[in-house]
Order: sequence, then C-alpha cells, then structure tokens
Amino acid sequence: MRNIFAFLTGSLFGVGLLVSGMTNVSKVQGWLDIFGEWDPTLAFVLGGAIIPMAIAWRVAARRPASVCGSPFPGAASKQIGLNLVLGSFLFGAGWGLAGLCPGPSLASLSFDGVGGVVFLATMTAGLLIALPIKNRIDRFSVQPVAGN
Amino acid sequence: MIQPDWIMGLLGGLMIGCAASMYLLINGNIMGASGIVGGLFETVDRTKWIERASFVVGLVVLPGIVAVMTGKTETNLTTNLVVVAFAGLLVGLGARMANGCTSGHGICGISRLSIRGIMATVFYLFAGGVSVLVFRHIWGII
Repeated sequence: MRNIFAFLTGSLFGVGLLVSGMTNVSKVQGWLDIFGEWDPTLAFVLGGAIIPMAIAWRVAARRPASVCGSPFPGAASKQIGLNLVLGSFLFGAGWGLAGLCPGPSLASLSFDGVGGVVFLATMTAGLLIALPIKNRIDRFSVQPVAGN
Repeated sequence: MIQPDWIMGLLGGLMIGCAASMYLLINGNIMGASGIVGGLFETVDRTKWIERASFVVGLVVLPGIVAVMTGKTETNLTTNLVVVAFAGLLVGLGARMANGCTSGHGICGISRLSIRGIMATVFYLFAGGVSVLVFRHIWGII
C-alpha cells in the first residue's frame, strides 16, 4: 500500500516537473539569470506547488496520523546552523551551473544522455560524502571547545 | 509562436504540490528528493528502503514515458561533462549538508512557513543567481 502510493507520488512529481519545464535546464538557468534574459516560469512552478502543500499541512495538523498510520513529521526545527547556510550556498552554485537539482535529474534521467547519468553519479557521491562533513561541522559549531 | 510557459509552469507546479500533499497525508513523509535518494544509501529498515525506491522508480519511469510520448525530451544540459560532474557534486553535497533541496526546503518547507526552509531557499536562489552570473556572463562556460 505505502509502496504503491510512493510510486504514484514519484510519478506525479516527475510528470509535474516535466510539464512545468523544469527538466529543461535552460528554463531553470533562465530563472536564475536575472542579468540576462530572465524567465519567470519557475516562480509559477514554486507558487503552484506551495498552494496545495500549504493546504495539506493544515489538514495534517488536524489529523492524528497519516492514512497509512505512520505519524506526521514533527514541528520544523528553527535552528539556522552553518550546515544550512553553507550547504544551501553550495547547492545553489551547482544548481545554477548545470540547471539541475535532485528531482529533475531523476525525472530526466531516461532522456538526458550521458550528462544526466554523470550528474546523477556525482550528485550521489556528493550526498554520501556530505554526511561525515556535516557531522563534523555540527560538532564544531555546537560545541566549539569540547574535546573528543 | 507564443508559448504559455507560465500556464504550464503553474499546472506542473500544482501537480508537484499534489504529489507532495499525497506523500504527506497518505505516507506521512516529507517529499524531499535529496533526502529520499540519499536515504537509499543509508542503513535503514527494509520497509523504508522499498518505499523510497518505489518513489524513485516512479520519478524516473513515468516522466520518461510521457516525455517520449509528447516529444518533450529537450533538456539543453551542457555537453561539457566536467561542468556537469562538478555541478552534480556541489548539488549532492550542498543538499545533504542543508538537509534539503528545492523540493524539501522550497516546497515542503515554505508551505509550512518553516524558517529553515525559507532561509535555505533564499540562500540557494542567491547562490544560483551568482553562479549563473559568474559562469555565464563573466567566465562564459555555460
């Protein structure tokens, strides 16, 4: 049951990315290119996605658990740490450079040629090497003087 | 030829938002692409792994079929594989350090007014803008 809905969610997400044009990197880079020929499409995509999700969060707040029975995610953390800031900067730099982020890189994998496969491979490597780096930064910034 | 790009953007965006809503209300999860992909390589319980894998299979297969059927296979990804490889590394590393990417922070975070989601989005939009400015207009490699 959960897996069928996870599959359907992934499918709908992917088709939404395709329909909105987010698998076309020139639309993404066009949005980020405020000094060139600016393309506002991405604002409509983000806005269109946030509206149903904002309603979903309100529905979730009034229910004890999800349809499958697992609890909803806890309250969002409010801590803006070094990892969030530094990570978002690195992510944004890469996003601008290739015009791809994790969702669209998977949605376009089957028609993006060698480049799409290379991106997915190095992105996965990045996801894996991030964990030890993240933990080190957390330890460093939370307890700067604590010993090992 | 005038393409109603913003209408397609809004329509696709609504589909993405409905997908995220389904994942929250039915499965009880946050739909964050980087977290779901990264989670496949962690030692988690089998049920969670299969759930994540099902999501990824849907995300890869269905847009592929629809793209071929509708001829929307244009991606315009640069053919410079060094650029692609470096960008991928930055995206993976950054998304995991920040604990989320465009879907997790941008859509799921902003929609519940999470301060982390909003700040992450501000930071990566700024960095993305600078990145395009530097690599396209100053350096000229993309």
